[in-house]
Amino acid sequence: MNYLPHHLGELTPSNPNRRQGLLAVFHIDLPLLAGLLLLCGFGLVVLYSASGENLDQLQRQALRILLAFAVMLAVAQLNPATLRRWSPWLYLAGLLMLIAVLLFGEVGKGAQRWLDLGIVRFQPSELVKLAVPMMIAWYLAEKRLPPSWQRLLAAALMIVVPVLLIAKQPDLGTALLVASAGVFVLFLAGISWRLIGGLAVAAACAAPVIWYLMRDYQRQRVLTFLDPEKDPLGAGYHIIQSKIAIGSGGLYGKGWLNGTQSQLDFLPERHTDFIFAVLSEEFGLIGVLILLAMYLFVIGRGLYIATRAQDTFTRLLAGSMTLVFFVYLFVNTGMVAGLMPVVGVPLPLVSYGGTSLVTLMAGFGILMSIHTHRRLLPT
Amino acid sequence: MHLKDTIRESQAFLNRAIIAGLLVFGAVMVLVWRMAQLQVIDHAHFTTLSRENRVKVVPLPPTRGLIYDRNGVLLAQNRPAYSLEITPEQVGDLDQTLKQLAEVIEIDEEDLERFWKLKNRKRRFDSVPIRVNLSQDETAQFAVHRHRFPGVDIKAQLLRHYPHDVKTTHVLGYVGRISQRDVEQIDSSNYSGTSHMGKNGVEKTYESALHGEVGLEQVEVNAAGRRVRTLEQTPPEPGVDVHLHLDIGLQEVAMEAFADNNGAVVAIDPRDGGILAFVSQPGFDPNLFVEGISRKDYASLQEDDNRPLYNRALHGQYPPGSTVKPFMGLAGLERGAITYDSSIYCPGFYQLPGNIHRYRDWKKSGHGPMDLDAAIVQSCDVYFYRLAYELGVDRLHEYLSQFGFGDRTGIDLTGESGGLLPSRDWKRRARRQPWYPGETLILGIGQGYFLTTPLQLAAATAAVANNGIYFTPHVVDYLRARDTGEVTPIPPSARTIPIGLQQNWEDVRAGMQHVVDSPRGTAKRIRSDRYAIAGKTGTAQVFTVAQDEEYDEETLEKKLRDHALFVAYAPADDPQIAVAVVVENGGHGGSVAAPIARRIMDAYLLPDEESVENES
Repeated sequence: MNYLPHHLGELTPSNPNRRQGLLAVFHIDLPLLAGLLLLCGFGLVVLYSASGENLDQLQRQALRILLAFAVMLAVAQLNPATLRRWSPWLYLAGLLMLIAVLLFGEVGKGAQRWLDLGIVRFQPSELVKLAVPMMIAWYLAEKRLPPSWQRLLAAALMIVVPVLLIAKQPDLGTALLVASAGVFVLFLAGISWRLIGGLAVAAACAAPVIWYLMRDYQRQRVLTFLDPEKDPLGAGYHIIQSKIAIGSGGLYGKGWLNGTQSQLDFLPERHTDFIFAVLSEEFGLIGVLILLAMYLFVIGRGLYIATRAQDTFTRLLAGSMTLVFFVYLFVNTGMVAGLMPVVGVPLPLVSYGGTSLVTLMAGFGILMSIHTHRRLLPT
Repeated sequence: MHLKDTIRESQAFLNRAIIAGLLVFGAVMVLVWRMAQLQVIDHAHFTTLSRENRVKVVPLPPTRGLIYDRNGVLLAQNRPAYSLEITPEQVGDLDQTLKQLAEVIEIDEEDLERFWKLKNRKRRFDSVPIRVNLSQDETAQFAVHRHRFPGVDIKAQLLRHYPHDVKTTHVLGYVGRISQRDVEQIDSSNYSGTSHMGKNGVEKTYESALHGEVGLEQVEVNAAGRRVRTLEQTPPEPGVDVHLHLDIGLQEVAMEAFADNNGAVVAIDPRDGGILAFVSQPGFDPNLFVEGISRKDYASLQEDDNRPLYNRALHGQYPPGSTVKPFMGLAGLERGAITYDSSIYCPGFYQLPGNIHRYRDWKKSGHGPMDLDAAIVQSCDVYFYRLAYELGVDRLHEYLSQFGFGDRTGIDLTGESGGLLPSRDWKRRARRQPWYPGETLILGIGQGYFLTTPLQLAAATAAVANNGIYFTPHVVDYLRARDTGEVTPIPPSARTIPIGLQQNWEDVRAGMQHVVDSPRGTAKRIRSDRYAIAGKTGTAQVFTVAQDEEYDEETLEKKLRDHALFVAYAPADDPQIAVAVVVENGGHGGSVAAPIARRIMDAYLLPDEESVENES
């Protein structure tokens, strides 16, 4: 495939002249950037309250956000073609590191997720979050779509291996995100509805097997989800307290810094996985709707970028990453609102913590790269 | 790749992307619906749950009311007691701290045992006592080293204290820790912050006034239960102060007068029934019971032969002996069985018609001719045997019960005994036996089945002094709210003894006065130049001497000796105090019991003289 030298063939989203030169030079998509900045800003406001007005934490998180934006900008400079060439190698490296984690990884909080690289500790599963959709997109884009069933099977294998490795750490949340990243590529690649239906049936049949394979605490989470009141002081405590926080927030909320559930420690993990409950309590349904609108805007922009992408690889990659972002959102909020079992997935861009933030922003960097490196179509 | 393929793929992707977008939107709508359900539809429910989470109601115990004597002397107070407490959360190495603490302040095995037991029951941020009842020295000692012990501190709490300890025991009673049995009887919400309550005496009778009303505080707590701030407060209503008729000075005099003897004194103001002195000897230190008495101390009190725990004034039941004679005389006059002047001959014994059994007079040689006055003054038994016989048991019972014998007086102290005034009916029920005429004679001199409490004797004597108006004796004069100063008097309640002829009262009272001021009177030794005393001695048999034997004080064991009794009031012309004294195994009323009464009456009627006496 031929590419024009990119300084000649590039197209800025709406207006290719020099008025938006700076954005064009740095390969920035303004609407996406604006959406992300708004989300992170709102996130910091909520975090300040959720952390108990801890300025140290706020500062640390702000620095992480800055770092993550820097990573995003760096990634945006890469040409999608480069990304495409790297895909198999990234995937391979990720796979090897996952195996290394299982063999020599550091144990933290009862799971083996970290690799100590001397200077930094690194979570290979984060790399895999990006590497899997890239790999599947690269693999499927090699041939005509929709893919043949042999290729589908191969693609499925490419998804299942890293997912199982991550699930074994165990890190159910990340495994879920990685699996969905791969599956979205398949879905967007246009696999037949009959196959999708078949897979759904297969998944239903596999449920008992999965149940059997799950660890005790994972089963407990599912049981707790089904009936949180059964164990109000134990496993169900999180969900009960979270629902109280949300419900007592009402339409308008109790006001910033005034959430009793969060400020008085009734809400566990309030600045990380359950920060959505803090927001719901203090800003009410109105605040929730504003936050969801921001997310929908970012997701909408991501899908738009995907549809405007010019080749199969970038289309599939952009679409998948946007949808994974949504999975983050839905799994987290669903958990906090008691719609889903407790799965350790942070509220994207808002929860305290840096690891997933950097990965997410790298993903948005890829979206920007895809959108800002488009060629003029030979029409 | 062909352009056509590219376009088709692009089209297919667009379809899938739109579907994905719709699914995303649908999922977000599900989420919004869920949030609306929680935040709008079930909002009230969750608001309640949230409030229940964070708001705890903490009781604020009221301060217990104080107790004062008639002159405003404090008899029961609340004193801060100091304990050394450890907050485990703030202490790094607990074992090390305890070891170091033991070097500064005495900590024994029992303290450690209690500490670990309590610690397991409390939350980490609650303080746990390691030592209770610190002395001032110990408090000071710890204060010097305090900086070395973060998380260890001295806590103060108000504990009941009776400054006059043994002198007030049998009137005030004491407070003790609320027991499981108490819990069933009290309003648990009002006592939710209270650890102690009245166990007997005034402390028990006036418990509800003394206790006050609990206050409530709504506090905001965090998930660990730690208090964050106070939201709302209803302050407690402190207990009401109780003012007694009692005079602590009289109590003291009475106890001193008893020396080593056991017995009881009750002094009553005949004008209103107020208890001026109420002593049961020996007493015990009520303060022992406030913080929980040790097993050893309790055992020694219980095993003491002098029975200090026994409230003789209230529960002690003694035959009234000759002290009943004035009441008998009144009954005889009222019924016309005798007149003031009618006289009989006392040969030293009395025989029922057709019976050879001799009912002996205490004076073997006999008193000779006796009218009512002489019979009271010399305490002639034969005169009253005869009178009793003529009245008969039924009438005796009727009249004597008018004076409150055989029934509880209704004093404002708990657990009073009623004594026993026998009757035909009683004997049939209790003994399944008929009444024998001889028993009527014995009853006439206050012996036999007849039992009275010192309190009953005092109240009946007061009624004689008061012309037949019988006041229900009571300890408490009035209640006074500390904050508002509002006074609630405890009104005296009285009834009239139906003896209509004023002269009869005066005749008998004259007889009682002659008991003291006549040269032949049995209590002549307590005669006072300063005021006139009217009284009656009595001797109650503990041990029945057989018909052919003599009662010899010297040869009898002390605990088989007669009880000495004396009832009196003074001044005879304007009675202000009525006294009943019982000295267990004291021998004769005139020689042992009467001087005690005299000292009490002196102290009450001549307070200044008494202090001069003390100085000399």
